[in-house]
Amino acid sequence: MTTELRGKSAIVGTGHAGLGEAHGLTAYDVMAQSALAALGDAGLKLSDVDGLFCTMMEDSMPALMAAEYLGIQPRFIDGTMSGGSSFVNYLTSATMALDAGLCDVALIVYGSNQRTASGRLVTASRPPAYEAPYNPRYPISAYAMAAARHMHEYGTTREQLADVAVAARAWAQRNPEAFERGPLTREDVLGSRMVGDPLTVRDCCLVTDGGGAIVMVRADRARDFPKAPAYVLGSAAASSHRQISQMKDFTVTAARDSGARAFAAAGVTPADIQAVELYDAFTINTILFLEDLGFCAKGEGGAFVEGGRIAPGGVLPVNTNGGGLSCVHPGMYGIFTVIEAARQIRGDAPGIQLKDIDLALAHGNGGVLSSQVTAILGSQNTL
Amino acid sequence: MQDAKGPDQLFQRALAEGEILLPKCDDCGAYHFFPRVLCPHCHGTAISWKQAGGKGRVHTTTVVRRKPERGGDYNVCVVELDEGVRMMSRVEGIAPGEVVIDMPVTAFVGEAEGVPAVLFKPSEG
Ligand SMILES: [Zn+2]
Repeated sequence: MTTELRGKSAIVGTGHAGLGEAHGLTAYDVMAQSALAALGDAGLKLSDVDGLFCTMMEDSMPALMAAEYLGIQPRFIDGTMSGGSSFVNYLTSATMALDAGLCDVALIVYGSNQRTASGRLVTASRPPAYEAPYNPRYPISAYAMAAARHMHEYGTTREQLADVAVAARAWAQRNPEAFERGPLTREDVLGSRMVGDPLTVRDCCLVTDGGGAIVMVRADRARDFPKAPAYVLGSAAASSHRQISQMKDFTVTAARDSGARAFAAAGVTPADIQAVELYDAFTINTILFLEDLGFCAKGEGGAFVEGGRIAPGGVLPVNTNGGGLSCVHPGMYGIFTVIEAARQIRGDAPGIQLKDIDLALAHGNGGVLSSQVTAILGSQNTL
Repeated sequence: MQDAKGPDQLFQRALAEGEILLPKCDDCGAYHFFPRVLCPHCHGTAISWKQAGGKGRVHTTTVVRRKPERGGDYNVCVVELDEGVRMMSRVEGIAPGEVVIDMPVTAFVGEAEGVPAVLFKPSEG
């Protein structure tokens, strides 16, 4: 997104459904309940939606399945699938479509029942041909190899990785809707079952059900809705590879590019951001993205997160809902980074509301550190 | 596979005959992997096949933890060959946890999941 699109669109509704376990519901049921929740939040109806932005873990045409299920015939559809980053990416395409008049009410939506359906990751994607024979466990083997390389090059420790999980849990304990709210110490993380060295099961995101939805309109209407809007000030994407064996530098993600572009579009810097919502599929993600987005220097992410510095009461609020590690992770978490950033700006985060948030960042990750999308949201005060 | 034409077919056919061939760009001289119809560096389409030297280093590595009754733990790594290309593989002949970053390794053609595959062993000396 360029500066010309800064503040041209706004989030006027968010919603979610089925967080944790959605017994007896299909992924599309959860998707639809999420859509209704977000539209209800905005005071709109499904029949108002004329732009649909959706992908799912199942099916090759999920946006069409969703439109059919919802009983709508949108004028504009974007079903771009870049993994969990897709939903942050839709902020760009929705802003463009709204600004161009291709639609008036954009609905971004996702749903999954992966926990109650199977208890593991359900995906329509196939293992890459040149990697499959070696049986990497997707996606953890990829992230484990990134973590190993980061530890090798920068001396990042397992204790520092563990502190990311501990901070996420501390936020989750304040969030009545988070799935995992029990106590968690650094020792608990280090002592839990190793899954893919150096990552234990507590370095990994949850496997839950859940869906989320976001309603967007053009900025000129943004103040006509029940709650305060969250404006999209900048959003940008970058991708570096699809297969982990093709990642050029295992310690640097394309978030360096997506972040720089999003900050430039928004005209703000990392120091201005008051709440940071990152796609934390694994503890290493948080460290990589804090570095690549410019919150600390490359290699200093481990020290940056150590000892509660990103936990409640720390120096920077990161993943204030508990993140994918402790709040919710239904196959793809990306939409929840935007929902949480928007809720903080809109003063709509019961239990976890921070004071006077005007600028928040949402960052989506897709594939195996493959696709990175950064968005910066702001309150009315930032226009 | 007698009439193998595409880059993937050519690579796999050589592998089945115990040879590791790497695609090299005639225009910019760089190797690439996986095999494809163009050079990802300069986008030239004149590609030659060269015998891999077989020497490389472990770029990064992990142990996939698996229950003993299902076959036990195993190594998954990414190796950088001296030609400058990287590939996913595993190091055999040592415990999966003994595989470390920067370890010199030598390629051989073995079998993975019932198909011919490039595997590695620790380099001698
Ligand atoms: Zn070339």
